[in-house]
Amino acid sequence: MLDYVTSYLSSNTTPGQAGNLVWALIYILIVFGGVSVAVMAMNWLERKALAHFQIRLGPMRVGPHGLLQPIADAIKLLTKEDIIPERADRLVFWIAPLIILCASFAVYVVIPFGPTHAITDLNIGILFMLGVSSLSVLGVVMAGWASNSHYPLIGSLRSSAQMISYEVAMGLAVVSAILMTSLNPSGTGTLSMIGIVEAQQRQQIWYLFKFFPLGFIAFAIFAIAMVAETNRAPFDLPEAESELTAGFHTEYSGLRWSLFMLGEYAAMIAVSSIAVTLWLGGWLRPFPNALTGATWDLAFSLFPGFLFLILAAVAWVGVIRMPKHPYFRVQTLGLAGFGVVLGLIGLVLFVPPVRDRIQDIFWFTAKVAFFMYMYIWYRATFPRYRFDQLMRVGWKVLLPISLAVLIGTAVAGVVL
Amino acid sequence: MVPITTLHYLVVAAALFMLGVIGVLTRRNVVIVLMSIELILNAVNLNLVAFSRLWGLHGQVFAIFVITDAAAEAAVGLGILIAFFRNKETVNVDEVDLLKW
Amino acid sequence: MTPVATPFFFYFLAGLTLLSAILVITRKNAVHSALALILGLLAQSGLYLMLYAPFVAGVQIILYAGGIMVLFLFVIMLVNLERSQKEEQFNRQKVAGTLAAIALGGLFVAVFIKGKALFPASSNQIAEGSNTQQVGELLYGQYMFAFEIASLLLLVAIIGAVVMAKKRI
Repeated sequence: MLDYVTSYLSSNTTPGQAGNLVWALIYILIVFGGVSVAVMAMNWLERKALAHFQIRLGPMRVGPHGLLQPIADAIKLLTKEDIIPERADRLVFWIAPLIILCASFAVYVVIPFGPTHAITDLNIGILFMLGVSSLSVLGVVMAGWASNSHYPLIGSLRSSAQMISYEVAMGLAVVSAILMTSLNPSGTGTLSMIGIVEAQQRQQIWYLFKFFPLGFIAFAIFAIAMVAETNRAPFDLPEAESELTAGFHTEYSGLRWSLFMLGEYAAMIAVSSIAVTLWLGGWLRPFPNALTGATWDLAFSLFPGFLFLILAAVAWVGVIRMPKHPYFRVQTLGLAGFGVVLGLIGLVLFVPPVRDRIQDIFWFTAKVAFFMYMYIWYRATFPRYRFDQLMRVGWKVLLPISLAVLIGTAVAGVVL
Repeated sequence: MVPITTLHYLVVAAALFMLGVIGVLTRRNVVIVLMSIELILNAVNLNLVAFSRLWGLHGQVFAIFVITDAAAEAAVGLGILIAFFRNKETVNVDEVDLLKW
Repeated sequence: MTPVATPFFFYFLAGLTLLSAILVITRKNAVHSALALILGLLAQSGLYLMLYAPFVAGVQIILYAGGIMVLFLFVIMLVNLERSQKEEQFNRQKVAGTLAAIALGGLFVAVFIKGKALFPASSNQIAEGSNTQQVGELLYGQYMFAFEIASLLLLVAIIGAVVMAKKRI
């Protein structure tokens, strides 16, 4: 039994491929827990970053600098009354958030955090991700219909029309990235996520920079389409408060609404992970081929530790700037403790065994975190698209450009 | 237990086909009739893919074509339904009798 | 990769497919039928995976469950009438229709019993890793003409659906 559990550690494939169910389950729990923590952190970061973009402070009261605000929000949502509209279809009303949640979380099965750090590596990884993320449209449609009310119905129709429109452009951008994987010496491409990153490693170029500007335009199309796919600003007309009260989740309260939010953030992280894997080189560190050698490896491997030490320093600056009043004693102590924890994590990440193992996961997470910050930046900066403008952009702008990029990539791959 | 052979998949496909035929012949709601037609197409697909395991990948290619055609047919069928619904405000198959004497 | 617990998964997925098919043809509410059909399509995609056809399984999820069923749900929401749920659900020929379907089932059973020799008990293993590549080679090689005709068919279907569903100007 113990052999079965530990036999995975000496293999060089993912637990799903090795058939090791125990380790696959452990990975699933780690990923599930990690995504939940990431969603809470994203919630906090969004409110603070939006506030600072709008020259205000955001939540400051609940914990030091609002760090415990997501927990307070979660407790509030869990204790709210669960209201179901009178003539709503109860079965469909109940099942809609579950579909969105399951579709968003099922994508994490194939996301590669490292060459062997994925739950499994399907041969059709990209196809699976595109298909499962398109199932969340069904949840949106059902949520709006089951609420038996005008605003949710219009909101869900608009939202689902938007999602399926941008799925086409997304799919074509993904196909042009997959085309680039077939340009390796052995001549066959691959649809598996780990295979795509390894193809980038073998071809010694991130697909963002390949056949410049084709790879970059494909990446840009995917970046725009993924923002529209997850109903985020500037494409958030279906759930904007000034337009449609809250779109398809108007009639949902308490825990059910929090399931929608969880599904939305999880979908954001999932499509960002797809973008990182396909174009940004997945778990590869920056400049994997331009700056090679043991010294550069060492230099880049010190990044995680330094990053956490810088975060700890920022926390301690916040501690020093706290008002020196007895009412703020608990908050000051809390923030100081948080800073100490961050510093300890930073110091742990300097230790050589941890330092070598954490590299892949760290760079992948750092790139996804960059995308998350860009999501918040878009929300703070861009005005909202009107619905007809939204559909025009999806069909008449992104689709032709992605077709042109696909043909250009194919031609460049044959000619060059 | 009996190992799962091709015959098992064929029986499932036949049962799906039968249920689809019952749906097409007995329901009054046009949308459900269209969905039963999708059931029939799915039964055919299952048959094709089950045999493609024995006799090469041509079955899978044909299955992909069937899925494509199912999409086209569903789009056209639903377009007809919407056009008819705009005229007569009903989704009953029995009431599509404008040409009846 | 060696399959795990094949009979259990087969019976589970096949049972789910048939149960959802029964739900599709018996529900009063069209939306419930559509949801049952989605469940059936996903279960059938699992059956395709068991038949070593991962590409067709992926295509089924993307196109059928994620595309065609969304189309169905849109149209159901557009034409949904409350009174259609309170009317009689089965038409006047329900007995004759069911008997005809059962006769068809009898024909199937006869074919299966007579032709048992045609369905070999064991099947040869096709390489699983390169399924997508081989399907792609077939699609763009041998079946290129059919591929182009299918895209033309889709174009005609799009134009036809748009023209039919448009409002009169």
